[in-house]
Amino acid sequence: MEKRFVSIWFRYLSTDWFSLRQPHLKNLPFVLRTPSHGRMIITATNARAEMCGITCGMVLADARAIVPELEVQDDKPDLTDKLLIRLAEWCIRFTPVAAVDPPDGILLDVTGCTHLWSGDEFYLKEIVKKLNERGYDVRAAIADTMGAAWAVARFGNETLVPSGMHSEALMSLPPEALRLEADTVARLHKLGLRQVRQFISMPRTSLRRRFGEHFLHRLDKALGQEMEMIEPVRPVEPYQERLPCLEPIVTSTGIEMALQQLLETLCHRLQQEQKGLRSAVFKGYRVDGKIEQIGIGTNRPSHHVKHLFKLLELKLSTIEPALGIELFVLEAPKVEDHFAKQEKVWEGSGGLEDERLSELLDRLASKIGTQSIHRYVPDEHYWPERSFKQTSSLDEKLSTTWRIDKSRPLQLLPNPEYIEVTAPIPDYPPLLFRYKGKLHTIVKADGPERIEQEWWLQQGQHRDYYRVEDEDGHRYWLFRLGHYHDETFQWFIHGFFA
Amino acid sequence: MLLSEKLNLIDGDFLTADTNVITPPRRSEIIEDLQTDILRLQGFKSFNNAAVDGGLGPIRSAFPNATFPLGAVHEFLSEKSEDESASGGFIAGLLATLMGSSGAALWISSCRKIFPPALKAFGIQPDRFIFIDLQKEKEVIWAMDEALKCGALTAVVGEIQNISFTESRRLQLAVEQSLVTGFILRNNFRKLNTTACVSRWRITPLPSESIDELPGIGFPKWRVELMRVRNGRPGVWDIQWIDGKFRPVHKLSTTSEGKQKKAG
Repeated sequence: MEKRFVSIWFRYLSTDWFSLRQPHLKNLPFVLRTPSHGRMIITATNARAEMCGITCGMVLADARAIVPELEVQDDKPDLTDKLLIRLAEWCIRFTPVAAVDPPDGILLDVTGCTHLWSGDEFYLKEIVKKLNERGYDVRAAIADTMGAAWAVARFGNETLVPSGMHSEALMSLPPEALRLEADTVARLHKLGLRQVRQFISMPRTSLRRRFGEHFLHRLDKALGQEMEMIEPVRPVEPYQERLPCLEPIVTSTGIEMALQQLLETLCHRLQQEQKGLRSAVFKGYRVDGKIEQIGIGTNRPSHHVKHLFKLLELKLSTIEPALGIELFVLEAPKVEDHFAKQEKVWEGSGGLEDERLSELLDRLASKIGTQSIHRYVPDEHYWPERSFKQTSSLDEKLSTTWRIDKSRPLQLLPNPEYIEVTAPIPDYPPLLFRYKGKLHTIVKADGPERIEQEWWLQQGQHRDYYRVEDEDGHRYWLFRLGHYHDETFQWFIHGFFA
Repeated sequence: MLLSEKLNLIDGDFLTADTNVITPPRRSEIIEDLQTDILRLQGFKSFNNAAVDGGLGPIRSAFPNATFPLGAVHEFLSEKSEDESASGGFIAGLLATLMGSSGAALWISSCRKIFPPALKAFGIQPDRFIFIDLQKEKEVIWAMDEALKCGALTAVVGEIQNISFTESRRLQLAVEQSLVTGFILRNNFRKLNTTACVSRWRITPLPSESIDELPGIGFPKWRVELMRVRNGRPGVWDIQWIDGKFRPVHKLSTTSEGKQKKAG
């Protein structure tokens, strides 16, 4: 998948933070200062002060000369770093991979996230709007590489760089946009190279000789020719817990205790993150280098220690400790969202949505296999064997309704069984039939109900079904396969009515 | 009122017990009270909201407290496929009122012939049923035991040919905790042994009655034989299944043995 990155540039990060706490500063020219070599140096300015011509690095006395009513406060060391980490964590709402980009930015890996906000444009707008509402003046840009997003956020006009257009977007930007050191930039300007397009086609060897290897790396990263790693502020950890043992474990009690402990830590984490596992693998690393493992699956995401322990416990006996197990690992390769349900005021009657039911099915499935558990939903076919279909999910809703207009037997034989029949021609119900050696005299009958083969699914003859009742009151479902005049027809019994 | 006080009242010395009682309760009332108390002590819970009615009519009088015992295991005997089908129909009719619109039930079997779409005719959403198809009878009993412990289910139907007293006792203990209702369908059983089930039924199909003199098959009609019921009166009834309700035809005889028998 094409990678996409967002770079957010906080233009007045620390002064915005001060103005948030002291709102009166907002409309005044305001700077932060810090002592350096016996002078006061300006470390940050707000928008108003910058308009008056005050820049960072200026001596405070000079600034006071330009704007006498300048508001000055002491800068806090490490303020921007802490702020950026906090803001990056806040940005996890937009993407799981958010990183700090010191001194004044945040980088987001938004690959596959923007469609959730219906497109890049709305995604970007939303980020800027949310941060503006929080009181920070930001510019954000989206591009295929981190370097390009960074450059466009700070120097570009159009912040939305379409996929594959990042090198074109870089062309008209100044060399500063490539994240270069100040002296390299100064040298480039001195040489009259004021736009990226002026030097991008120069031979690499001469660029390296004049500006160093670092310059080329920066250029390649911006153009996407070199990979750049993002260091997320909160790394996405795999759902895995480890338990090393001092002494190799050989007893089943020991293994159970290890499993219990691992489950408790894993489930605690899952609960904190509102997740539940759909599958789990429990591994034991043996002293002799072999790995023993068991796995389970669940019908619904779960972080219920007791339930998961029960599921794994059924398979624990297959673990062969031999000389001992020195390391236990519990992994959850498949994890899904699991939100805590609201407590019911009245104890409900359960039903398919109940968690206890899915836990029961997990228990049954772990012993007898999932292939023995069936749930059926209606299917739009008249052919009796195809009138319903199997579903594996408890949550699948019906796409069509169950039909009751035609009477169907409560018991259906898996395969229709051949019977001998006496029936008047051509389409009357049978008078007598012999099934399993017993002769049944038919007293009442309904039918025929003709059901045709669905030729697009299966070739064959149609069936003419009759509901019949014999002299004992037993009710059967019989059918004749084929036309009467073909003389190749056969009679079958297919089911029993209640 | 404590049980011992009530017993004292029957003994006749209620005047000394409390002289302020203006109208002392009559003897029959006290005995009725006591009977319900004893049933409660024996583990019969009264379900006011979920009582099976569905037109059972006179059959209800056979049960203790005149309510169909829920949270118990019922046993259905059948010898032929035709009987099995009739038992299935009767159970489906009971389940329809039990499950309502949101309940779920399990059908556990080792040789299942039930045709899911047909359940709809008995007022059950077949997709609310989960079918468990197993190889061995032992597995069916194990699965049924597990399922009966799950309070989220309304009912569990198990097709078990042969079940020992101990096994049936285990199932009975499971439902006492969870209050799930269990149905055991015993087709072609080898031996009619004693079980801990609360009741034993035999449902056989009867010739249907013609509807308005029209030809063809009428509504399903069964002979319902309640062979044994704990704290109730066994009996035989003929009922029909019409428009999603049981309609009793007429009562044949009350207790077949003349007096009440204790099951289990």
